[in-house]
Amino acid sequence: MRFIFKTSYQQDIQLARHGGHVFWYGLLLWGLVTAPWWLQEYWLTQLIFVMIYSIMGLGLMLLAGFTGLFSIGNAAFMGVGAYVAAVLSAHGTPFPLTLALAAGLSALVGAVVGLPALRVKGIFLGIATLSFGFIVEEGLARWESVTGGNAGIHVKAMVLGSWKVDSAASFYAVCLGVTVLSTLFVLNVLRSSTGRAFVAIRDSEVSAQSMGIHLAYYKTLSFMLSAALAGVGGALYAHKMQFISPEQFGILQSIDLLLMVVIGGLGSVHGAFLGALFLITLPQFITLGKDYLPAVIGQAPGLQSLVYGLVLIAFVMFEPMGLYGRWLKIRTWFELFPFYRKGMFKRQKSFQKSDRLK
Amino acid sequence: MSDILLSAHELSVRFGGVLAVNKVSFEVQQGEVFTLIGPNGAGKTTVFNLISRLYTPTSGHLTYQGRALNDMPAHSVAAAGIARTFQNIELFEHASVLQNLLIGRHVHRHTGFWQQMLFLPSVRAEEILTRRKVEEVIDFLDLQHYRDTMVAGLPYGIRKVVELARALCTEPQLLLLDEPSSGLNMEETADMAFWIQDIQKDLGITVLMVEHDMSLVSKVSDRVLAMNQGEVLAVGTAAQVQSHPAVIEAYLGGTLDVSAFKRETMGAA
Repeated sequence: MRFIFKTSYQQDIQLARHGGHVFWYGLLLWGLVTAPWWLQEYWLTQLIFVMIYSIMGLGLMLLAGFTGLFSIGNAAFMGVGAYVAAVLSAHGTPFPLTLALAAGLSALVGAVVGLPALRVKGIFLGIATLSFGFIVEEGLARWESVTGGNAGIHVKAMVLGSWKVDSAASFYAVCLGVTVLSTLFVLNVLRSSTGRAFVAIRDSEVSAQSMGIHLAYYKTLSFMLSAALAGVGGALYAHKMQFISPEQFGILQSIDLLLMVVIGGLGSVHGAFLGALFLITLPQFITLGKDYLPAVIGQAPGLQSLVYGLVLIAFVMFEPMGLYGRWLKIRTWFELFPFYRKGMFKRQKSFQKSDRLK
Repeated sequence: MSDILLSAHELSVRFGGVLAVNKVSFEVQQGEVFTLIGPNGAGKTTVFNLISRLYTPTSGHLTYQGRALNDMPAHSVAAAGIARTFQNIELFEHASVLQNLLIGRHVHRHTGFWQQMLFLPSVRAEEILTRRKVEEVIDFLDLQHYRDTMVAGLPYGIRKVVELARALCTEPQLLLLDEPSSGLNMEETADMAFWIQDIQKDLGITVLMVEHDMSLVSKVSDRVLAMNQGEVLAVGTAAQVQSHPAVIEAYLGGTLDVSAFKRETMGAA
C-alpha cells in the first residue's frame, strides 16, 4: 500500500502524483512513440482509431462525466469538424490551421446547442441534442455545393508546407501529438477552477450558484469544449477515412460515443481512453469469435449491435463506474491484499438531497 | 456595531396563492449574530432564498452594503460577500472534501480559461494560494482528518461542518446559516455554537441564521427575529423574543384557545 506523505501544496496540483505515475505513464508514452517501429500497420491503424475516438471521448467526458450534461448529438460536432477538414484540405490549408478551424467552428456550433442546456436538463437535454444531431446530418446532406451531399466527399492528405502526411506512420505521429496535447489541456482545465466549476454544476446547481458559479457561462463553455474536441477528432477521422458522407455522423455514431464514455467510466479521464479502446477492439474480437460460433448466430446480421447492447446493459447493471471503476477495484484489491472487502465500493444511499429549489 | 450590513424593507413573496413572506422588514448590523426563529412554514428559509437570490421578491427591497440586491443575479451574490449553507446540505457529493472547499474559492480566482488550459505559472501560483487559504479553513474547523475523503461517504454531522467550511472559503462578510444544528447531536451542537462565536469574534463575519434549538439561539445570538406565517412577530434579544406573547402564542397556541378548551371540559364534567 502506498501512502503519499504530502509536504507541499505543489504535490496536490501535479499531474503525476507519485513516482509510480511517472514511470508507468512514461513507459506508456515511450511505447506509443516507438509503436511505428514495432507494430504492424494494421494494428497501427487500429491504434489511430483508438486515439481519434479518445479525443472525442474526452470531449464527451467533460460534458457528460464532469458537467453532468448528456448529449446524444456529439457526432454532429464531429461531422462539422470532419467537413471543415475536408473542405479546407481541398484548398491545401496546412493541417495545424485546419485543426484549429475545425475546433473553432465546432465550438461555435456547440455554443448554439448549449443554449437549450441552460433551460432543460437530463432526458430533455438528451432529446434536444438528439434532434440537433438530425438537423446537422440533414444539413450536411442538403448543402451539396460545399459538402457534396449524400454522395460524400473525398478528403485529401494533410499537408504542412512541403511535408505531406500520407504514410500510416506519419499520420500516427500527428494523431499521437494531438491526443497528448488534448489530454494535457483537458487535465489542466480539470485541475483548475474551471474544472471544479463543472463538477460543482454536475453535483448541485443550486449550491454551485451560491458559490458564485455562473451556470450559463460554464454550461456553454463545457458544450463548446466538448464540441471543439469532437471537431478535432472529426477532422482527424476525415483524414483517416479519406472519404466522408453525412450518414457517418448520424445517431449511431452519437450513440457509439455515449456508449464509449459510459463503458469507460463516467467522471474519469481514463474512462475516455478505456472506452475508446473497448469500442475499437470489440469488433475485432467479435470477428475472431464468429468462426467458433454456430453459423446461425455467427453469421447473423446485427451480431455486433447485439453484443454492444448486452455489454452496455451489463455495465449499467453491474459496474456503473465503467471499466475505470473496475480497474480501481482491482488496484485496491492488490494494494490491500489480503484485506479487500466485498462492500468497499458500495455507495451509501442518501435521501437528504433537497429538490425543493429545482 | 451600528453599521447596517443588510436591510430588508417590506419584503414579500407570493407563490401562487400562498403568501410565503409578507412585508418583512429587518436590519442586520455589521458584526452581529442575527437569528430568525419561527414554527415550520414561517417563511424563514424563504427569506434566505430571497437574500441569496434563488427567489425574486414579489415586492420590497433588499439592500446589502448600500447596494440593491434585488436585481443582482444569483451567481454574483457570493462575489458580493454573502455565503450560505443549506438546510438539507447541498454539497458536491462526488468530490472530496478538499475539492468542495476549493470550489468555495471560486469567486477569488483571477485567471481565465485560456491561462488555465495551458496551466501557466500564474495559474499554478493561484492554485497554491487557493490551497493555502483552504488549509486555513480546514485548521479552523478541524477537518484535517477528512481532507481527502469523498463527501458521499461522510456522516451527516461532518457534512454539516464541511458545508460551513465551504461557505467560509468564499471569505464572506455575511454568512447565512440555514439550521446549522439540525441533525447534530449534543456534542456537535456545542461545537457548532463555539464555531459560530469564533466566526463572529475572530473572523469578524456577520452571521444571519435560521435555528430551532433555542439553547443554541440564546447562546450565540445578539438579536432574534421571530416569524410566523410569513410575518414578523417580534425582534429583540433572545430572552425578549422568547417571552413575547405573540411568539408564545405562535408556538404554543393562544391563551384564548386554552381557556375555550377548559370551559368545554368543565361543561362536560
